[in-house]
Amino acid sequence: MTAPLLEVEDLRTWFGGASGEGGGREARAVDGVSFRLGAGETLGLVGESGCGKSVTALSLLRLVPEPPGRILPGSSVRLRGEELLEAPPERLREVRGGEIAMVFQEPMTSLNPVLPVGRQVAEGIRRHRGLGAREAQRETVRLLDRVGITEPEERRRAYPHQLSGGMRQRVMIAMALACRPSILVADEPTTALDVTVQAQILELLADLQAELGMAILLITHDLGIVAQVADRVAVMYAGRIVEEAPVEALYSRPLHPYTEGLLAAVPDPDRPSERLAAIEGRVPDPAHWPEGCRFRPRCPHAWERCVSEPGLLAGEAGRRARCWLVEEPVRRERESET
Amino acid sequence: MSGRERDPQGGGPGPDANVGAPRRPEGPGAVLADYLLPGARAALAGRAAGTAVLGAWVLLWGVGVLRAGRVAATLRGGVVDEWVALATLVIGLAACPRAARRWLAPVLRREGGGVADGAWGPAAGGGGPVDWEAFGRHRQAAVGLVLLGALILVALLTPYLAPYDPNAQHAVVATRFLSPSAAHPLGTDRFGRDVLSRALYGARISLSIGFVAVAIAISIGTLVGAGAGMAGGALDTVSMRGVDLLLSFPRLVLLIALVALFEPGIALVTLVLGVTGWMGTARIVRGQVLSIREEEYVQAARALGFGRWRVLTRHVLPNALTPVIVAATLGVGNTILAEAALSFLGLGVQPPTASWGNMVASGRDVMLHAWWIAAFPGVAIVLTVVSFNLVGDGLRDALDPRRTGRLR
Repeated sequence: MTAPLLEVEDLRTWFGGASGEGGGREARAVDGVSFRLGAGETLGLVGESGCGKSVTALSLLRLVPEPPGRILPGSSVRLRGEELLEAPPERLREVRGGEIAMVFQEPMTSLNPVLPVGRQVAEGIRRHRGLGAREAQRETVRLLDRVGITEPEERRRAYPHQLSGGMRQRVMIAMALACRPSILVADEPTTALDVTVQAQILELLADLQAELGMAILLITHDLGIVAQVADRVAVMYAGRIVEEAPVEALYSRPLHPYTEGLLAAVPDPDRPSERLAAIEGRVPDPAHWPEGCRFRPRCPHAWERCVSEPGLLAGEAGRRARCWLVEEPVRRERESET
Repeated sequence: MSGRERDPQGGGPGPDANVGAPRRPEGPGAVLADYLLPGARAALAGRAAGTAVLGAWVLLWGVGVLRAGRVAATLRGGVVDEWVALATLVIGLAACPRAARRWLAPVLRREGGGVADGAWGPAAGGGGPVDWEAFGRHRQAAVGLVLLGALILVALLTPYLAPYDPNAQHAVVATRFLSPSAAHPLGTDRFGRDVLSRALYGARISLSIGFVAVAIAISIGTLVGAGAGMAGGALDTVSMRGVDLLLSFPRLVLLIALVALFEPGIALVTLVLGVTGWMGTARIVRGQVLSIREEEYVQAARALGFGRWRVLTRHVLPNALTPVIVAATLGVGNTILAEAALSFLGLGVQPPTASWGNMVASGRDVMLHAWWIAAFPGVAIVLTVVSFNLVGDGLRDALDPRRTGRLR
């Protein structure tokens, strides 16, 4: 495996607390997340709404509003060994956009409505690459062309409301790529787009990744997308990563019961009449995570041992899962027999 | 604000901007018409904007030709006022054909192609956050804008337009209290001064005080509001309670108290009107900043590594200023009214300098037998304030993000 470009260790981002929000208890949105991202790799971060994926992404660049949020001491985000959580503000601003760029979920609202899109792209180029106005403009046109916007010379002057959702997302990608970042954090980049446009955007991202050699942290709730583009997948539940595995392995044989449930919930086109499978129960409240294994109340396999929470236990072939079943796979088979 | 970023050709041809219709090439006649009588083609097509441009063109030429002597005198050496008037004349004459070519001609072409419906004015259906079509549909707003444009133009050209020196007094007994006549279209006042000339010079005073005072108020208000909104916490609370406190004073009382402390004069009135008028703006800006700083594009800008200051000035403020522009437009009208009130009370612009307020005051005692002295400046105040309010209403509609027809 490649040496880690980005190393996140025991990241905890909590919200509220003392000021009375959430009933005086802090919402532990991200509660001990660790993962590694190698150069040129695509890691899919998957989970339901509210499991902490987006907060994780924002925490990487310290973009979580503080207060009400706070990143707990002991958390660590290292970019090529450099600790970002303790970096001075100037360095942080260099990293943002320069080394780690983000593409947000909503192309409708992620562009400034009163500036022509070309200017917004050029702004980043000038900020990070120190180009003059004229070169920045030329570079903007080149980038817009690269992300598949036709007539970039004219579109450059368009305002966001004059572009379609797909176009806007392309502009966002152009902005993110303006400074050739080594990591692109894409937070649900295709959720707001329809399926054909979604496919185009994913293809574009894959092309650009091959061209620029950047790593992508793809945050999504869509298992289909992850299967298409990711190398490895980390599944998040209740503020933690519960399973991490190479894509094929995860899909063919999930280790964590939550992953199992997620995959079972994907509709099967061969059996359209069947009722959609769902995981029983609801995602717990981040201010009151269950004791022990956080998936225990919803888990079909839960037994006495689950009262104490397992760590990320290593399975075969670089896989990890936060479940005692990794140590006692026998239990799973025994159940399916009965 | 972003008017200068507007694409005068009707917006970038985005995939959804429907401007790809066939453009009919124009003959040399059309081009010539735009240079000889700019706006005439649009005026013939029933466009109010065309009439306005044509009207301005005729007025400017009229002044230039009929007052050629005074213009020539300016060139030999004039006071600042006259240079301003001359610059207005030259720039105006240059701008009319340009406006006809760049704004009106594309509109006519589009209509010829049967694309735009009800398009009016620059950049119809195109770029920019200001929806000029919505503004144009607002009939009264268009009227207000034309009135206001005319007023500003007249104020700038005053040295060439005014038939007499506004302060000259000759043979006072023979010339005072003359009713309106050919020699004095609006009559004369108690010192034999021409009311028309004084009203014209008064327009410059009233409008400049209005604009400058509002500029001061907007600057302070934006600064305080943006600071409070961005900082949040204790600073926000303290400054907003301060604003509440200041707002609880009746403005006129505050004005009178402040003016009474110093020697009255134009500069003082402007300053005082400015520093008593910013609280509303501060509240508006704070509210806007609070909501806009949570927008995704602000977060996106931060994710691109921009500092607080740049995020504030480039991304937050431009989006926060929309309601401020509306408030400012309405504010100019109110400020002119407040200035008139102060001058009427003798605390504002001091005689012999003409302002609409002190003209009304000076005509008050002789209302019954020389009504024109107070009436015409009064009408001017009403018209000005009304047109500012109309334009403000129109802008509010044109800038409203919830307006229909813009969101696809």
